[in-house]
Amino acid sequence: MAKKSYSFYPGCSSQKAASSSNYQVSVDTMCKELDIELNEIPDWNCCSASIGYAGGGELPRLALSARNMALSEEAHPDQDIVATCAACWLATKETQERLNDNADLLAETNTALAEAGLKLKNEKKVRHMVEVLIEDIGYEELGKHVKKPLEGLKIAGYVGCQTNRPFGIAGESFENPKYLDKMIETVGAEACDNYEKKVSCCGGALAFSEPEKSQALIKEIIESAYDNGADMIVTPCPVCQMNTEVYQEQINAKYGTKFKMPVVYYSTLLSVAYGKSAKEAALDGQVIRAKQLEEIAGK
Amino acid sequence: MSNYNQEMIEKYRGNFLKEVQDNVEEGDWVKMCMQCGVCSGSCPLGPHWEHPPQEIFMMIRAGKRDEVLQSSSMWMCTSCYNCIARCPRGLPITHIMHGLATYSKRLGLAPKNQPTAKFAQLFWDNLTRTGRVNELKLGLSLYFMNGFSEGIKTALKMKDIGLGMLKTKRMTPMEILGGHGCKDKKGFHAMLKKAQEIEEARIGKSGS
Ligand code: SF4
Ligand code: SF4
Ligand code: SF4
Repeated sequence: MAKKSYSFYPGCSSQKAASSSNYQVSVDTMCKELDIELNEIPDWNCCSASIGYAGGGELPRLALSARNMALSEEAHPDQDIVATCAACWLATKETQERLNDNADLLAETNTALAEAGLKLKNEKKVRHMVEVLIEDIGYEELGKHVKKPLEGLKIAGYVGCQTNRPFGIAGESFENPKYLDKMIETVGAEACDNYEKKVSCCGGALAFSEPEKSQALIKEIIESAYDNGADMIVTPCPVCQMNTEVYQEQINAKYGTKFKMPVVYYSTLLSVAYGKSAKEAALDGQVIRAKQLEEIAGK
Repeated sequence: MSNYNQEMIEKYRGNFLKEVQDNVEEGDWVKMCMQCGVCSGSCPLGPHWEHPPQEIFMMIRAGKRDEVLQSSSMWMCTSCYNCIARCPRGLPITHIMHGLATYSKRLGLAPKNQPTAKFAQLFWDNLTRTGRVNELKLGLSLYFMNGFSEGIKTALKMKDIGLGMLKTKRMTPMEILGGHGCKDKKGFHAMLKKAQEIEEARIGKSGS
């Protein structure tokens, strides 16, 4: 397959020593194997995620994503924009839609952008990394690179909210999207078919501001993975990953549970199955270590 | 702020639906709601909402201005988009909730000490400073948002999580010194300022 190139929007949490820097490491490893080239949008800014509304009004928020898209148009005119963070993808895609529907808003946004010497045409596709994998690479090709099938592992595919709604992945349903399960099977592991909490909400940003209420949601997500016999959870979203991984001890303390469920990214799974080292797969970024993957990677 | 609130009260004279349509992001959609209740059953934090979305839409039509705008309900929205995916009338409910929250804050009516309102403001201030989120400072200001002694308590409660993130290199104490940011801060700030001005002028117009 020929090299595929994209204009890449990494997002804040993927930066060096930020909360999903491990996601970025495994994405880089996976992309190298699959001959995907990610060209970082020069000087990108934060998209303000889904929580920006309370600080900024509508137009300032739209301007944030518009600036990224305008920079991308300038630097990588022929490449789709690709994001790995669900919130980044959603905020950017939503901005694009809103501005396409409303010529006045687009004009106002461009007036604001002009202050930064930029102009937005707003014609690019905005895509999530999993769309690239599924649509541009395809399961078959994804499977061809597997050197160490993850046999014997049972994995709960936790899709969460924002990679799934409101846009979702083409051809998938909102209530039961199958793409993560298919990826799990592509790397030789077994997917939990009836994982009830597949698309439930982890609390998102409210895990910070409403910890008790959010942790009650997270508890159910992890419990259901255990009930389905999962060895670990896999997710496409940095917010989901962080929320379901790092609060397990607090949940244990509060509810008397004994959770110790590793939560990894799809890119980590693929990297391990592609025969990469634990470091390349960013297994050292697990707060709850994924010992079974470490073993496979160490073989 | 409260002047603005007074202005709006006088301008709309009890026609709260019209006020929402004119001033709230995607507020135009509210009249399309057919009160089926699907959205209310979809909120992950539903049990904590004083008034779930369907009820809020009904209250807007019934002109219950204070009850809606002073409610903490909208601030419980996790942006899960369940409601949008399911609403038979296609209302952008998530955005209306965000819009109502923003508007209530502008009017000075948002509940004091609402944790998500505070956090969201901290987040916005944090990201607009340099163009990118500084997670360490955001975390610290979050812990200390309720004052110093509360902050120490929260920080202690969160310390194991912090240690886990440090060990796995998913957090760095160096961020306190500056950390990540855009290069073109001047253009970035000028752009945001302009966007704010345009929006304020627009609000001023409808509010005059
Ligand atoms: S969603 Fe998170 S990571 Fe993505 S740009 Fe926004 S704050 Fe940064
Ligand atoms: S789901 Fe839609 S139509 Fe039904 S009550 Fe909610 S907003 Fe109204
Ligand atoms: S997006 Fe907000 S309003 Fe809609 S279901 Fe989720 S929490 Fe409720």
